[in-house]
Amino acid sequence: MSNYRFSHLDQLEAEAIFVLREAAAQFEKPALLFSGGKDSIVMAWLARKAFWPARMPFPLVHVDTGHNFAETMAYRDEFVVLLAARLIVGSVQESIDRGRVVEETGPGASRNKLQTVTLLDTIEQHQYDACLGGGRRDEEKARAKERFFSHRDDFGQWDPKNQRPELWNLFNGRKNPGEHFRIFPLSNFTEMDIWMYMKREEIPLPSIYFAHNREVFQRNGMLLAVTEFLKPQSHETAASRVVRFRTIGDATCTGAVESTASNLDEVIAEVAAARQTERGTRSDDKRSETAMEDRKKEGYF
Amino acid sequence: MDLLRFTTAGSVDDGKSTLIGRLLYDSKSIFEDQLEAMEESSRRRGDANVNLALLTDGLKAEREQGITIDVAYRYFATPKRKFIIADTPGHIQYTRNMVTGASTANLAIILIDARKGVIEQTKRHCFIANLLRIQHLVVAVNKMDLVGFSEAGYHRIIEEFREFASRLDNIVEIVFIPISALNGDNVVEKSANMGWYEGPTLLYHLENVYVAGEENHVEARFPVQWVVRPMSDEWHDFRGYAGRVAGGVFKPGDAVTVLPSGFTTRVKAIHSPKGELSEAFAPQSVCLTLTDEIDISRGDMLVKANNPPQVGQDIEAMVCWFSPRAMPPRAKFILRHTTQETKAVVQQVRYHVDINTLHKIEDVDGFAMNDIGRVCLRAAVPLFYDSYRRNRQTGSFILIDPATNETVAAGMIV
Repeated sequence: MSNYRFSHLDQLEAEAIFVLREAAAQFEKPALLFSGGKDSIVMAWLARKAFWPARMPFPLVHVDTGHNFAETMAYRDEFVVLLAARLIVGSVQESIDRGRVVEETGPGASRNKLQTVTLLDTIEQHQYDACLGGGRRDEEKARAKERFFSHRDDFGQWDPKNQRPELWNLFNGRKNPGEHFRIFPLSNFTEMDIWMYMKREEIPLPSIYFAHNREVFQRNGMLLAVTEFLKPQSHETAASRVVRFRTIGDATCTGAVESTASNLDEVIAEVAAARQTERGTRSDDKRSETAMEDRKKEGYF
Repeated sequence: MDLLRFTTAGSVDDGKSTLIGRLLYDSKSIFEDQLEAMEESSRRRGDANVNLALLTDGLKAEREQGITIDVAYRYFATPKRKFIIADTPGHIQYTRNMVTGASTANLAIILIDARKGVIEQTKRHCFIANLLRIQHLVVAVNKMDLVGFSEAGYHRIIEEFREFASRLDNIVEIVFIPISALNGDNVVEKSANMGWYEGPTLLYHLENVYVAGEENHVEARFPVQWVVRPMSDEWHDFRGYAGRVAGGVFKPGDAVTVLPSGFTTRVKAIHSPKGELSEAFAPQSVCLTLTDEIDISRGDMLVKANNPPQVGQDIEAMVCWFSPRAMPPRAKFILRHTTQETKAVVQQVRYHVDINTLHKIEDVDGFAMNDIGRVCLRAAVPLFYDSYRRNRQTGSFILIDPATNETVAAGMIV
């Protein structure tokens, strides 16, 4: 029966689609968290496939820090149209204006942490009972232990020591009122798989994933982009370099890498040769050894 | 490139974390920043060498206590294959974690300390691998450097292992490899210290072991997961059934029977956004349309009349109990099987298995955490099932405690 060969990308796709459909079937009001980053792009693409020719039965939710790269926002709006999806935006700026959160100050200030409050508020406002996220287990050590269906208590918290065992294809999404789930259809994708899948599917991508000229400066071993939200301090000097981004988060904490890779093949070759993880370009993970676990426990994606 | 999912099993200090670290390190899957972070933590903890276990112990509590709490998934790839490792901890809640890790694995690596040989835990690991129907075992005899790379010692362990492994009837292949995970002998590179060993290195074996064909491509099973109804102008009357093929092959024109209604119809088309497909086979996720309009919903199953599944409410199964709360006699649960969910009651616990001796223990009623045993269950509605031995997807289920919503047990239909 060896003619029924199934490549690793086929397997990952079939698994992710299965998980997306389980989410739709087991929950009353799921939502897909869309950051504009490549993982959420792939997840939304898979959601389109999972329910095609019907529309996906949940909206895309974007938690907007207000500190975005302009390219990400333009892309988001086009992509939503391409997928025939609905878009809901939760705004960190609004959370700040309403006094729900206090903006960090100082040169290392970021709205990354504030997102959690806006996210939990958006979930509560719309009463989403499951949020689909593009998290991958290869990203970070705390994520390696994450389930496909990850339970969150009344306060949106994750209890890593008390997770439900997950066997075969059987996902347990049962919960009490007020609790919700985070669901990670891409759990078994690696960074390389994401790139290879985007190439295979010819998924359009935001331009900042490819090499371009940009004003950047060095901080804590990272190349940060000069934006209206982030300026170099007096001892830091900005210069124009040819760079691209390996991940896209808030513009204040996502580092660029120097690269001339201008298409998917060149990016894939570069990823294959990379000696640094992609989260090495994220200052939000560098705050402490267990920074990701700490944020996840509070409800971060 | 294809995919191999494997799990690793070993007792405490058998060198499991070191082996995984070695595989990732030697296959260049550890990145510089991970290595730096690991060196930094090792230094702070005062470890003598870089502690490769820090790579797998991700949670704060684990790093503080130097133990692994939960199943962790690791990824690496070579030009030949992509690998997913379910790394299961050696002590706390061992059975629960190994069962979880084994449920999706095609292969298990059983680690044996060359100085100790086959011990009770080795038997326990093999019993679980066999119970979860992992067909390929690799017995890695580790720490060969500590026994002077002795060929005679290695063969003695093989003999010991074969003696009890003859009872493991689901395992079709056992490969023995003498290694030193610490120094890398026979892990990725062939050992210069064991010229007498002519077999493959561990990585070579993992890259080349033949695991295709473990899906059941004969008995057609399609549990309906979701009904696709676009209700758009373009797809006005479209009614598709989305799901993951759990067995067999479906082609347009094939006659299919719908369970539980028993109606028969034909597959009209297999849809994908890129056009129609000529066939769908396990484990593809697809969307089927049928030639007749029949009332079909989630939990129903499409099958073929010439090899139907068993249909019934009374199920005999092996169960692993996961919950710290013991199972009382005649307990009621929510049973999740394929895409179906129903109530069920445990009518009788027939026996427990002592997983160290593999003996049956009769005259028992409930279960405590990590117990494994055979039960007779009654479901509130008929299930469409196969034995776990024939089909891992249609032969498996979980039990959920309706009071806490926790997954309290995993079951394999006999």
